[in-house]
Amino acid sequence: MGFKEFCFKKSLWLFHFAGASCNNCDIEILDCLTPRYDVERFGMVLVGSVRHADVLLVNGSINQRDKSRLLEIYEQAPKPLVVVAIGACGCTGGIFAEGDTFAGPVDKIIPVDAYIPGCPPKPEAILAGIVKLLNK
Amino acid sequence: MVKKTLIPIGPYHPLQEEPELFKLYCEGEIVKDIKWETGYNHRGIEKLSEKKTYDQSFFLVERICGICSTSHPFAFANAVEEIGNIEITNRAKYIRSIIGELERVHSHLLWVGLAGHFLGYNTVFMWAWKYREPVLDLFEMISGNRNSYAMFKVGGVRRDIENNKIPQILKVLDLVKKKTDMLVGAVMDDPVIHARTKGVGILTKQDIIDYAAVGPTARASGVDIDVRRDDPYAAYPLVNWKVITAEKGDVFAKAEVRLLEMYESISIIEQCIEGLKKEKEGDINVKVKEIPEGWGTGHAEAPRGEVFHYVLSDGSNSPARHKIRAPSYTNIATFKKSCIGQTISDATISLAAVDPCYCCTERMAVAYDSKTGDRILNGNELIALSAKKTQNIKNQF
Ligand code: SF4
Repeated sequence: MGFKEFCFKKSLWLFHFAGASCNNCDIEILDCLTPRYDVERFGMVLVGSVRHADVLLVNGSINQRDKSRLLEIYEQAPKPLVVVAIGACGCTGGIFAEGDTFAGPVDKIIPVDAYIPGCPPKPEAILAGIVKLLNK
Repeated sequence: MVKKTLIPIGPYHPLQEEPELFKLYCEGEIVKDIKWETGYNHRGIEKLSEKKTYDQSFFLVERICGICSTSHPFAFANAVEEIGNIEITNRAKYIRSIIGELERVHSHLLWVGLAGHFLGYNTVFMWAWKYREPVLDLFEMISGNRNSYAMFKVGGVRRDIENNKIPQILKVLDLVKKKTDMLVGAVMDDPVIHARTKGVGILTKQDIIDYAAVGPTARASGVDIDVRRDDPYAAYPLVNWKVITAEKGDVFAKAEVRLLEMYESISIIEQCIEGLKKEKEGDINVKVKEIPEGWGTGHAEAPRGEVFHYVLSDGSNSPARHKIRAPSYTNIATFKKSCIGQTISDATISLAAVDPCYCCTERMAVAYDSKTGDRILNGNELIALSAKKTQNIKNQF
């Protein structure tokens, strides 16, 4: 078993970073916690600080003000860390990519391990994405 | 002199979904002053809209805010239709109102849940969000997406609600009504919630008028305003309903207004469905050839209050200027009244009580990094900037 597998063997803790988003992706991520989807049965919880997290969920396009903050948060996180870009905005910038304040999609700023497209992706898609990533 | 402590909340705080920064200046446990900073969510939507055609702009304004993703297209459609003097069919009117009210139901359920979460009452959070799911399923059935429904266009709606979908809608409404009863019971009769929310974060009628607050925030303080009644649009003049108000202005009153509004919304949807049955299926569009030169304003009552759009047309197929004002923009300013003097734990629920939406509110802030800290443009500089911008627009025409 490699180091990475060892780290991700047990409950995964997630940290959610909301960039310049429309809020829908944020709500769908939160939705994953509620009774219908209930990610906690897989041991996944949203944590308050990235220092406790195994997975960093990033959604929304990243604007100039967010950019340095995202980098900082990435640096604070313990490694190995899995970064998941959520939503069209997270993957490419989506509809906001032409905006004046757009500072590049997530993968131009930090390395991304998985992309979950959709605007917004359904909670099922978010779960499926994370599970797929872990089985890789 | 007692020393003031600065407690920052955000910009990426587990308490809130969206990025924004609150600075609470406290003496002991009491909040003495509050400041907030936005800009983390700025996407330049007004400018983007000028690059898009009217049809494309609907997808853009829908993504200003995900929770009320109908109110912005609603107001935008009203504005563009005012420019072109376009009268839409009755069926389209009913469909618009149905979507708008379904959205209010899911948004208020979402708020009730989040408010419970802020109070540390996670059971309410889970309940409310569980019963919000069937409403989202309805949206998926009608529009194909759980959020961001893409239902609106100039001159009507994009998709019909066929008559064979009506029984399912009515079934879900029945369920939601029952569950609302339960939530009303859980919130209104719970002594702990009374203790946490009554007399907390009070906004008087005068405060509301001073800060020009709108929506449930205003109605909970006895200010009887509602765009749906005061300047009717879509199918609202065709149905019977009443505006819910409360007098106290505290957090409890705001919860009460929102919960009771859900019953009104359900009743509006039921009446709209009756109306829908009388109209011919498929008659949802009028043909729009072009948008003439001119300007139009449109508003809509979002779950959080009045959304206002101003559109300037130069006769081409995209807006020459698009100005948006979302309800949270004025509602958020009331924090200065509702939070100061509270304890920190009460301040958070007072912040949440207006159901602030920062995606809508986002404005550009220019900050200079100097030794004294960030400097944001002051009032006079902003006025000068805005005068310059107006001048630029005038020069173009
Ligand atoms: S991907 Fe779509 S739903 Fe998600 S934040 Fe971007 S615009 Fe909103």
